[in-house]
Amino acid sequence: MSQEVFLLPDVGEGLIEAEIVTWKVAVGDTVILNQPLVDVETAKATVELPSPYAGVIVTLHGNPGDMMEVHKPLITFEVGGSGSAPAPAAVVAEEPKVSNSTEGREAVLVGYGVANEEGVATRKNRRSTSPTATATPVAAAPHSSGPVRTTPPVRLLAKQNGLDIASVPGTGRDGVITRADVERALQGGGAAVAAAPRKASVPKTGPMQPTRFVGNDLAPWATGPKEERIPAKGVLKAMAEAMVLSKSTIPHAGVWLKVDATKTMELIAGLKQQPTLEGIRISPLTVIALAVTDAARHFPGINSHWDDATKEAVIKRSMALGIAADTSKGLIVPNIKEADQLDLVGMAQELNLLVDKVRAGTTSLAEMSGTSFTITNVGPFGVDAAMAIIPPGSGAILAVGQVAKAPWVVNDEVVVRQVVELCLSFDHRLIDGALASKVLAHIGNFLTDPAAAIIAG
Amino acid sequence: MIDEELVQLLTPEGERVAHPEYESTLSGDEIFGLYRDMAIIRRLCNESTSLQRQGQLALWAPIQGQEACQIGPGRALDPMDFTFPTYREHGIAWCRGVEPKEMLRIFRAVSNGGWDPYKYRHSVPAIVLGNQTLNAVGYAMGIQRDGAEEAAMTFFGDGASSQGDVLESFVWAASFNAPVVFLCQNNQWGISTPMSVQSKIPLYHRAHGFGFPGIRVDGNDVLAMYEVTKRALDNARVGGGPTLIEAYTYRLGAHTTSDDPTRYRVDAEVEVWRHRDPIERVKSLLVHEYKMKQSKFDEVAEEAEKLALQLREDVLAMDRPDPITMFDDVYAEFHPLIEEGRQEMVDLGVTGGAH
Ligand SMILES: Cc1ncc(C[n+]2csc(CCOP(=O)(O)OP(=O)(O)O)c2C)c(N)n1
Ligand SMILES: [Mg+2]
Repeated sequence: MSQEVFLLPDVGEGLIEAEIVTWKVAVGDTVILNQPLVDVETAKATVELPSPYAGVIVTLHGNPGDMMEVHKPLITFEVGGSGSAPAPAAVVAEEPKVSNSTEGREAVLVGYGVANEEGVATRKNRRSTSPTATATPVAAAPHSSGPVRTTPPVRLLAKQNGLDIASVPGTGRDGVITRADVERALQGGGAAVAAAPRKASVPKTGPMQPTRFVGNDLAPWATGPKEERIPAKGVLKAMAEAMVLSKSTIPHAGVWLKVDATKTMELIAGLKQQPTLEGIRISPLTVIALAVTDAARHFPGINSHWDDATKEAVIKRSMALGIAADTSKGLIVPNIKEADQLDLVGMAQELNLLVDKVRAGTTSLAEMSGTSFTITNVGPFGVDAAMAIIPPGSGAILAVGQVAKAPWVVNDEVVVRQVVELCLSFDHRLIDGALASKVLAHIGNFLTDPAAAIIAG
Repeated sequence: MIDEELVQLLTPEGERVAHPEYESTLSGDEIFGLYRDMAIIRRLCNESTSLQRQGQLALWAPIQGQEACQIGPGRALDPMDFTFPTYREHGIAWCRGVEPKEMLRIFRAVSNGGWDPYKYRHSVPAIVLGNQTLNAVGYAMGIQRDGAEEAAMTFFGDGASSQGDVLESFVWAASFNAPVVFLCQNNQWGISTPMSVQSKIPLYHRAHGFGFPGIRVDGNDVLAMYEVTKRALDNARVGGGPTLIEAYTYRLGAHTTSDDPTRYRVDAEVEVWRHRDPIERVKSLLVHEYKMKQSKFDEVAEEAEKLALQLREDVLAMDRPDPITMFDDVYAEFHPLIEEGRQEMVDLGVTGGAH
């Protein structure tokens, strides 16, 4: 018998460290060759390390969460015979696993759209603003998530005239925005009368991108079965049960408000220039989350739920702020505990953390339970408003639409402002219209002048 | 004539299907041979991945899912043909007779190539995408000038299909009617780049524009891969010119051991392709049509297991050459730039053998 030390290998060409995610063996275990030992996460991937020895585990040189150096001891084995002699009964690593802890695609948080240069969420993608374009609404769809397609001189022309190029419907080939399109838009006209039919950018042939449906991939319309049944499992099951429970027990009511969020957007743009805040992503959602916690401090009744067993309204003076997130597995709602204790930077950091975990697929069950108030941001999907269903266990949910330029009346004059629509759904058993309205108005005031609201506290 | 659709002779369920132009000519024993090749190469590939995870290889490029694309053509080739692979052609190398341990030398960074290309008439892997297609066409033009009845065959991916080298090689092959077969393994991904951005048309259509036939084959159907390649090679050997075969397939595993595919593609997509596994469908055919006993498959598994353990032993026993020798075989003759690089390394103290 002798001891062999398995040094943490460089599994990814030039890595210097890896974090232990989970041990799959314990001290004293007898392992065979190629038996999975541990999942480690490197800068490149989460990988499973198979055992290089057959023997007994003597020492595990780290704990989950520890960052281990490459080429330093990871596991010590007691092996029979000569060190690396393979055991006769090796595990056939049928499909070496690369990773199972990261999501299949980047999760877009409901409320965490991809920020563009101006820090303004969406509208960039909306093309069909003219009456003629609405005649063929689907034609614009293939471009809806892509970048604006135009040429630098046309971009410049739009910029020099203070025109948001993204708002111009493109009539060129494949929806390219032409000089004529910009000129027409500047003259206040709509799209060309005889807009060239836009070609779908997705070829008819070749592999088709599946569309997601609550964590499932759906076959394309043309090739999929005429009818398909997806059994309720995972997120689909959870979502179905929660929504039925909520809709059948909670008498829903809602209030709406349109808000001029220009100052909120300016605040965000300003903060982005702050060298001390480098690396911290601040978005409209950050400010909205702050507005919500501020509203709760002023109107604690909104952070509450109905206990039907005891027939009591339960008011909570601590907010576990849920954020609805669209992941590859479907909708999940992780929350930020004690969100009411956070300032703007703290809120941004917590949201960043939450987003990172959602993207990595490492959101824990604990992080998804106990939500007392939820925000769902449908803005990144390019819609103005939503009538959201209250998650069971809480009393209200705020739906946030896209922040987009819109005409706004200031001093009896129509000006262009960044406008967002909010909808607060509430449980009318314990929250009445007056309270809900006050809360929504408070949130609206906060977004209208966030600096003042933050200072006022 | 080239059919518009995919040539398939065996469904994912292992049932034979008729095709207007191709039919399988293989006996039960020969099909079992293809099964054995595929099962062994998959097992060896898994062992190689394990060796990489244990720090014994710098890198590994898994083949899972693409066994049929390689074993079919690998067995359709003649010993006198010459093959020009890239980094993932372990199945071709296996069929050409390259020893598994030789395949791993480059991945253990103890060799610039790994084997003697002339011994197996299989060149060393080109890591620079597309380069090998030019080599193959050049070689094919040499065959023509020698008046030999041989063919060159080269392998590349959907990603590499966008390389200038590949398209230039198409032009040369077409212009000179070179005896070369291009096999594009369209595994849907070039690392994280999806097929949809490599080509707006099916890849095999490209050949038509260059003036030679292109054909799309179910790359997970080893019978179809064998027949289509065989005919293309036969055609090339007798002056029929080049063919582009697009093997429509899927890389089930990571691009290499440095890659994490879950970051860019969805599990469901992988699941769909798992159901099209190239090995399972052949097994199903052998069981149902040829009443092959489980014991036969167990024998293959055992053989594969032995080879895997042998491979492990061989890899662990490999000498580590003096790093300075990496300059030795870059060019056959003295080259001033290489000498400069070598001298720089000597000055940096990069010499002295094992450490
Ligand atoms: C000229 C060149 N550019 C880039 C690379 C880096 N690279 C290595 S493999 C690869 C993807 C190739 O994809 P594909 O041709 O589809 O082959 P696959 O890996 O899928 O088998 C890239 C971009 C390279 N090796 N050579
Ligand atoms: Mg590829």
